[in-house]
Amino acid sequence: MIARAGQWVTEVLQAGGRRLVIAVPFVWLLLFFLAPFAIVAKISLAEFRVGVPPYTPLFEIVEGAWLHIRATLGNYAYLIDDPLYVAAYLSSVKIAAVSTVFALLIGYPMAYGIARSAQPWRNVLLLAVMLPFWTSFLIRVYAWIGILRSNGLLNNFLLWLGVIDEPLVLLNTDLAVYIGIVYSYLPFMILPLYATLEKMDLSLLEAAQDLGCRPWKAFVTVTLPLSLPGIIAGSMLVFIPAVGEFVIPDLLGGPSTLMIGKVLWSEFFNNRDWPVASAVAIAMLVLLVAPIVFFQRYRMRQDEKAREAAL
Amino acid sequence: MKSVSRSPFLITMLAFGFAFLYLPILLLILYSFNESRLVTVWGGFSVKWYAELFQDAQILGAAKISLTVAAITATLATALGTLAGLVLVRFGRFRGRTLFSGMITAPLVMPEVVTGLSILLLFVALEQLIGWPAGRGVTTITIAHVTFTMAYVAIIVQSRLTQLDGSMEEAAMDLGARPAKAFLLVTLPIIAPALVSGWLLAFTLSLDDLVIASFAAGPDSTTLPMVVFSSVRLGVSPKINALATLLVLGATIIIIGAAWFMHRQDRDRDRAVARAMAEQKDRE
Repeated sequence: MIARAGQWVTEVLQAGGRRLVIAVPFVWLLLFFLAPFAIVAKISLAEFRVGVPPYTPLFEIVEGAWLHIRATLGNYAYLIDDPLYVAAYLSSVKIAAVSTVFALLIGYPMAYGIARSAQPWRNVLLLAVMLPFWTSFLIRVYAWIGILRSNGLLNNFLLWLGVIDEPLVLLNTDLAVYIGIVYSYLPFMILPLYATLEKMDLSLLEAAQDLGCRPWKAFVTVTLPLSLPGIIAGSMLVFIPAVGEFVIPDLLGGPSTLMIGKVLWSEFFNNRDWPVASAVAIAMLVLLVAPIVFFQRYRMRQDEKAREAAL
Repeated sequence: MKSVSRSPFLITMLAFGFAFLYLPILLLILYSFNESRLVTVWGGFSVKWYAELFQDAQILGAAKISLTVAAITATLATALGTLAGLVLVRFGRFRGRTLFSGMITAPLVMPEVVTGLSILLLFVALEQLIGWPAGRGVTTITIAHVTFTMAYVAIIVQSRLTQLDGSMEEAAMDLGARPAKAFLLVTLPIIAPALVSGWLLAFTLSLDDLVIASFAAGPDSTTLPMVVFSSVRLGVSPKINALATLLVLGATIIIIGAAWFMHRQDRDRDRAVARAMAEQKDRE
């Protein structure tokens, strides 16, 4: 009887412990990650006013008992009416997409080369890919200013070679933004590609070659389709944050470089228009929700596979 | 497959790729030792920018704030991220699991401007509602940083835990250990390398973050990236090159040290397992 009661107490404690272990990170994320989005959505329906906080309240008790709800879609209408915002959206998607393609073109052969190199080298090369990711992002973007300026290192080098007669305009252009994004996000492309290429069963390639398949054709028909999960994961890891990038277009881009992250920043910090900044954020989320869900499902599938493999 | 690994195309691409990744950083380091103020003209070797850096009260103050925030962030994010990783791998299905794993994955790709704006608006709303946090500063930056870095820790812990089957914990519990004890005595030591890399990653991400900190900061809590950013916006300065060099070297030493440490730990454990297996065989 006593032993039974003891067991019961232990079980209750265990169930409670289990719940507590789930609850601590869960509540933190609900409060500090999910709840803020509801507040952003709420403020995007408010109006700008001069004061603290600089937006009108959504619910107000007017004349005693009446709960007055004041919501407006004016901020969203403003986003659609003003050509600046639509242009900034399209331009962000274009810049992020082009950068993703270039990151893939550079990252794929690198990941392939690392995955096929001999073991001690593989770890060293992988560490070498990770290392820039661990060093300051801001500093790495800053490094390109010194290289791309009109009297910068690249122009000086090209002038010295005699390839060009006068300095090229490289900094504060869209080209500089492409370079900056590819440079900063390349490790995010290489790591998932490496992970899929490294796990690949090489006997498949040998079989293809034994059956008379040319290496190039074997690559296109065997390796490429098998590495598709890595291509998708890497592309999402580059594309999604690149769409909302602020630092790179601000430091490397020019006045004509339109990106939505920069627009949000200036609405908030320069114009101090919180409702419009919130509407921009919500619109950006709507744009990114499809790729984020896509990425999420890919990750869950990978988790499941890994768990099955472990069992 | 040897022909593939020696393919000239792949070697060229690797060389080009690593040059692309490393040349800008190396040039930055080189020009931090430049005598000339003109950052792109070489005027002879000098360490005078380092001397100036260590006399810059604004940079030193910001560095102190950033290091404090990063250390607290990394510790909290490692604790919360480890719990989250454990929940994802070992807890099976429970209500809200999809939402939970969504909230772990989303911060990894969420544009920083959105994360920053949303958490600032939360702080403002909370202050109106319950009077906390009163104003913004180190505390609010730390909370914001813990929120986005714990996702990285959770992913690292999760991938380490999926590599292990649960048999060792089960063995411990069969021998009478409570789940909490089994976790502390068995699981934790095995995933320790993941905790170390998680802590280091959270520390680095926090130390490096400009956008989220800019939203969450108050007037008295300017972090190092915020100082660097406003100085860089005005143009290239050799003092920033010197600071960048110190940051890059610091990160490099720590990462290579950690990689070496973890490699050695894994090797030692593999050897211990092999030795135990050999002894077992001898006995049989």
